[in-house]
Amino acid sequence: MITHAIFFYFFSIIAIFSALMVITSRSTINSVFFLILDFISVGCLFIMIGAEFLGMILLIVYVGAVAVLFLFVVMMLNVSDQKQSWFMGKKSTHIPAGLLFSVLIFLELLVVVGGWKYKDNLMSSSTLNLNSEYSNTHEIGNVMYTEYFLYFQISGIILLLSMIGAILLTYSKRENLKRQSYIDQISREKLTAVELKEVPFEKGVKVDD
Amino acid sequence: MIESILPFLNQVYRIVFVLIPVLVSVAMIVWFDRRVWGLVQKRRGPNVVGPFGLFQTLADALKYFLKEIIVPASANKIIFILAPIITMTLALIAWAVIPMSENFVLADINVGILYIFAISSLGVYGIIMGGWASNSKYPFLGAIRSAAQMVSYEVSIGIIIINVLLCVGSLNLKDIVLAQTQVWFVLPLFPMFVIFFISALAETNRPPFDLPEAEAELVAGYQTEYSGMMYAMFWLGEYANILLMCALGSILFLGGWLPLFDIAPFNLIPSPIWMVLKILFLFFLFAMIKAIVPRYRYDQLMRLGWKIFLPFSLLYVVLTASFLVYFDLLPKGKI
Repeated sequence: MITHAIFFYFFSIIAIFSALMVITSRSTINSVFFLILDFISVGCLFIMIGAEFLGMILLIVYVGAVAVLFLFVVMMLNVSDQKQSWFMGKKSTHIPAGLLFSVLIFLELLVVVGGWKYKDNLMSSSTLNLNSEYSNTHEIGNVMYTEYFLYFQISGIILLLSMIGAILLTYSKRENLKRQSYIDQISREKLTAVELKEVPFEKGVKVDD
Repeated sequence: MIESILPFLNQVYRIVFVLIPVLVSVAMIVWFDRRVWGLVQKRRGPNVVGPFGLFQTLADALKYFLKEIIVPASANKIIFILAPIITMTLALIAWAVIPMSENFVLADINVGILYIFAISSLGVYGIIMGGWASNSKYPFLGAIRSAAQMVSYEVSIGIIIINVLLCVGSLNLKDIVLAQTQVWFVLPLFPMFVIFFISALAETNRPPFDLPEAEAELVAGYQTEYSGMMYAMFWLGEYANILLMCALGSILFLGGWLPLFDIAPFNLIPSPIWMVLKILFLFFLFAMIKAIVPRYRYDQLMRLGWKIFLPFSLLYVVLTASFLVYFDLLPKGKI
C-alpha cells in the first residue's frame, strides 16, 4: 500500500508541476514538452487505478499523435521571439477571455466532482450491468458497442465531418499543375511511347502539349 | 529486511537478463546486416575483427566511446542531450512485454500489444527532439520528414493490429501467440503481413524508406550534429527498434515461439530458439530489402501510406470481421 501511495504522489506531483510549467515556461517548445510530460504522468495514474486501456490509449492518441502535431506546428512557427510575456507583467488581451473559460471549466469540474462525491448511488443507479470479472478493456468495448452505440456512431460522424471540414478549409485548387499519374505511366506502351514526326522546314513542331 | 528486498532484487535480475541479450543481439544484428549487405553486393563485409568479423560492432562501439561528444554552441543543450537517451530508452523498455516462450516473459500484461504500440509511437520524439535541438537546417528537415512518416505509417500498423486482434479476442501477447496454434496468421492474413512488413520498414526508418537520413539530400538527417557516444545511442536505439518490429511481426503473424509443425523434430527445439529464428528470418528480409531496393521519393512514400495501405487495411478489417461473423468464428471463450 505504501508503495502505491509513493507512486501515486510521485506521478501526481509531476503531473501538477508540468501542468503549471505548460502555462508558465518561457519558451513555447518547453511548454509543449511539459504538456507531453503531463500526458505521460496522467497516463501512468490511469494505469495505477487499473484503467490500463485508458492509460495506453491516452499515450497512443495524445502523446503519440496529437502532441506530435503540436510540436510540428510550434517548431514550424518561428517562436524564438514569441516569449510568453503575460507572466512577466506585460499587458495582454487574452487574460479576460482565458479567465472566463477557466472559471467555467472549474465550475463544471465542481459540478461533476460534487455529483460523484455526494451521491453515493450514482454508480449503482446506472442501468449498466458491469461484471467485475472481465478486464476493463472488454467492459469498455461491451458498453460502448451496445449501450452507447448510437452516441459512439454520432461522435464518429462528427469527427468525420470535422475532418472533411479541415480538408476543405485548407484545400486550394491550383491550375497548370503537372501531376504524376501512375496509371498513365504504367500503361505506356512501346508503340505509343515513341512517335516519328515529319518536321516542316523552318517551322518545327510543338512537342509538348 | 532481506525478505522485503529479495523480490526487488529478483526483478532487477530478470530485467538485466532481458536487457543484456537484447543489447548483445543488437551488436550481432548490426554485423549480420552489414554482412548480408556486403554479400548481396559481392563484397565480403566486415570480416577482420574476431571470428568472421563478429566483433566488428564492439570495435565500432569502443571507437564511439573514445570520441569527443560535441554539443553545438547554438543548440538547446538539454533537449539535445535528452534526444538520444529517449530513443534508446524507448527502444529498450518495449522489450519488457515480448514473450520469448510461454513462461519466459518479463511482464505479462493484459494490454501488451497496446503497450508496444504506445512505446513505438513515442519513438518519434527522440528524432524530433534531436532534429529541433540541433538548431541546424538538415537535422530539422530530417526530423520533420521522419515525424510525418512515422505518424502516417503508425496508422496503418494500428489497423493491421486490429485485424489480428479480431481473430484473437485479446490484447495479451501470449494469447495472440496461443491463438495461432492451429494456423499461423500469416496464412489467412497474408496481405496484412506484407503491409505490416513494409510499414515496419517505414516505421523504423529503414531503407527504402530512410528519408529522414537520406544522405543525398539531408547529409545525415537528424543525426547530423551528433557525434561520439550520443550518435552511437541513436544507432543502438534504431537497431533495437528494428529488432522489436521483427519480434512484433513474428508474434502477430508467424506464431511467436510456436514450432513450424507440432511433430517430433520440430517441437523438440526449445521455444525461445523458435522465436529467435523467426526474428532472424524477418531481420534477414529487412537486410535484403536494404540491399536491393532503391530509396523512395517522399511524395511516393506518403501516397503509399495514406492512399494505398490505409484504405486496403481498412477494407481487410471489414472483410475479416464479416468472415468471422458469417462463419460464427469470433473468439468468445476466454475473456
